[in-house]
Amino acid sequence: MSFLSNIWRNEKSREIIVQIFVLLCIGWFLSWLISNVDANFKALGKDISFEFLFIPAGYDINQYLIDYNNRDSHLRAGIVGLLNTGLVAVFGIILATVLGISLGIIRLSKNWLASKIAYWYIEFTRNVPILLHILLWHGIIINTLPHPRKALNLGDVTFLSNRGFYIPKPLTENGIELVYLFLVIAIIFSVLFFKYAKKKQDLTGVQYPVFWINFSVLISLPLIAFFISGMPISLEIPALKGFNFRGGMHMSPELAALTFALGIYTAAFIAEIVRAGILAVDKGQREAAESIGLKSSKVMKLVILPQARRVIIPPLTSQYLNLTKNSSLAIAIGYMDLVATLGGISLNQTGREMETMVIVMLIYLSVSLSISAFMNWYNNKVKLVGR
Amino acid sequence: MSTQMYKPGSYPNLPPPPGTVGFYGWIRNNLFSSISNTLLTIVSVVLVYYLIDGIIGWFLFDAVFDADSKIECRKINDGACWAVITRRVGQFVYGFYPEAERWRINISFLTMFIAFAPLLYPDLPKRKWLLWFSGIYPFFAFILINGGFFGLAKIEYSLFGGFMLTVILGVTGIVCSLPIGILLALGRQSKLTVVRTLSVCFIEFMRGVPLITLLFVASSMLNYFMPPGTNFSILVRVIIMFTFFSAAYIAEVIRGGIQAIPKGQYEAADALGMNYWQTTRFITLPQALKISIPGIMNTFIGLYKDTTLVVVIGLLDPLGIGRAALADTKWNGLSTETYLFVALFFFVSCFAMSRYSLWLENKLNTENK
Repeated sequence: MSFLSNIWRNEKSREIIVQIFVLLCIGWFLSWLISNVDANFKALGKDISFEFLFIPAGYDINQYLIDYNNRDSHLRAGIVGLLNTGLVAVFGIILATVLGISLGIIRLSKNWLASKIAYWYIEFTRNVPILLHILLWHGIIINTLPHPRKALNLGDVTFLSNRGFYIPKPLTENGIELVYLFLVIAIIFSVLFFKYAKKKQDLTGVQYPVFWINFSVLISLPLIAFFISGMPISLEIPALKGFNFRGGMHMSPELAALTFALGIYTAAFIAEIVRAGILAVDKGQREAAESIGLKSSKVMKLVILPQARRVIIPPLTSQYLNLTKNSSLAIAIGYMDLVATLGGISLNQTGREMETMVIVMLIYLSVSLSISAFMNWYNNKVKLVGR
Repeated sequence: MSTQMYKPGSYPNLPPPPGTVGFYGWIRNNLFSSISNTLLTIVSVVLVYYLIDGIIGWFLFDAVFDADSKIECRKINDGACWAVITRRVGQFVYGFYPEAERWRINISFLTMFIAFAPLLYPDLPKRKWLLWFSGIYPFFAFILINGGFFGLAKIEYSLFGGFMLTVILGVTGIVCSLPIGILLALGRQSKLTVVRTLSVCFIEFMRGVPLITLLFVASSMLNYFMPPGTNFSILVRVIIMFTFFSAAYIAEVIRGGIQAIPKGQYEAADALGMNYWQTTRFITLPQALKISIPGIMNTFIGLYKDTTLVVVIGLLDPLGIGRAALADTKWNGLSTETYLFVALFFFVSCFAMSRYSLWLENKLNTENK
């Protein structure tokens, strides 16, 4: 008896006993779950197999980035869905970042009225569920925009209708290679010039107007090439044919609604993150920068932002991740993303809930785990070195 | 030109220059301090004017509050057609809960505030007595809403809906996820490798997948994991998923709080001879929870908003009721009105929660200011 109680009183051995106990419990629980699944599957005559991925999907997807028709496999349908998720995530992230940073800065502005407007915008958007945003925007596009025949006409090139947005599509012709080549040259030049100017400034203190020089080079070189090679880019302008538009780029109401909703919703969170990040920089930093005579744009660029960035980037990344995960709500309005294709129609057609959901979850999981890994790496990189 | 001479120290206090204080001073400093600021003000005023002009008219003055269908609405006026809401307001609030039994919902809803008051406001008079009520409230509410006891008719879960369903899902999820979240956070910080690994796996899995996939699992797959023949209600399965999902987020928030506690606190607790549970109870959690209040409240608000997702698996929360109303040919196309109404409900409740969180944060802030 005293031997047993000694084992229990010894910290090391007690830890081992507790862990073994926990392991046994978990093992029992998992085997219980698996045996249940096994029994249920036997009763239903089901099995687990991923062969369904290679049989024809048999359903149409209205929006695809790679070629797809209903004779393609479920696997391809899933990939089309994954790419659609990526597409809406990229659009949403761009919109959310631009809108969010502007709002965050307006929120900090000295102008009382502008700051209050930004405040109420943020409060209104972030306190309403994202699903409502999506449905609301979809409803507005579907129900209040006119039919294609009476579409809102923006300068005869862009049309807004309840079937979606139609914008001109750039078409490339022969000779476009020269423009690409010049663009690459311009980029290489600006990188080299940036490095040269920085080195020069470090050595001698001479400053070049790096931004303006690079900006003009980046714009002018491709433009020159564009005119030399005989203007090889033309715009295909959408035109009304019958009941709908033909030509141009088409943004479906679903994609548009999802982009707006995700962008506007996430922007409210990003605005708060930007505001908190800028406020987190010690007041003394700004005062010191002003007292050595930096003008206010330089104070922002050289002193405030580099320090705020450290606070802003990690939550910003997790907002991007949230946006991507929220895009799975696309299923509510029928945008064919990963969850709607593989986890929706494929699931219903093949009846393989287990397999499809495992694939969908694994994909989302790997995306978010890799982003967290990146975030950890970044945090370690920019961490203040304590002494 | 005469010069007034003053003795040292007797110079009178002159009033501040006009235009720097008072109403004009405030306007000058806050709206017109520079050219760009003035431009911003003008743009904002124009924006606000158009918003108010366009929206308030549509929302209120040109709106129709009672009509038989959308076409009738449009005949009366061209603003919002709120008739789609007013005609179905009972469904929006109670779902398909039998009309004769709705008093049960009303009573549980009102008593909910009494049950929450002692938890939310620490210096309420007679708090100890009220806490007893908070303890029995879950059983009380369950019996009242669900029925089946004391002669109360049993109500099927499938009849639950509307804002009532939102509040049930939200409140149950919030109440259940906090303790699980705390345990997960402690598990993640544990010295025991097995416990730590399990907690990390659970948290990362829950945070890594979208909630909607978890709800699909709840609706279509969870029964496979139960012994054959088990069939428990979709409402319970959904609540379990909500609880786990938000527990994982709460765990991460609390972990942040635990990590922010200075090492000296643990050393002091060790020096006093406290064991792990004593340290956790008296040292770690009180400080960690205090730091993580904003994060916990944000997670709660997030969970509350996420309850709308149940519409995708066919439960009739306000969005589901709204979509059912829109599917009716009489109201077809009134999506803006319907969704704005539901949005307003969520805005009011979430805004109230975030205000409460700010209040609590300030109250518990014992640092020197």
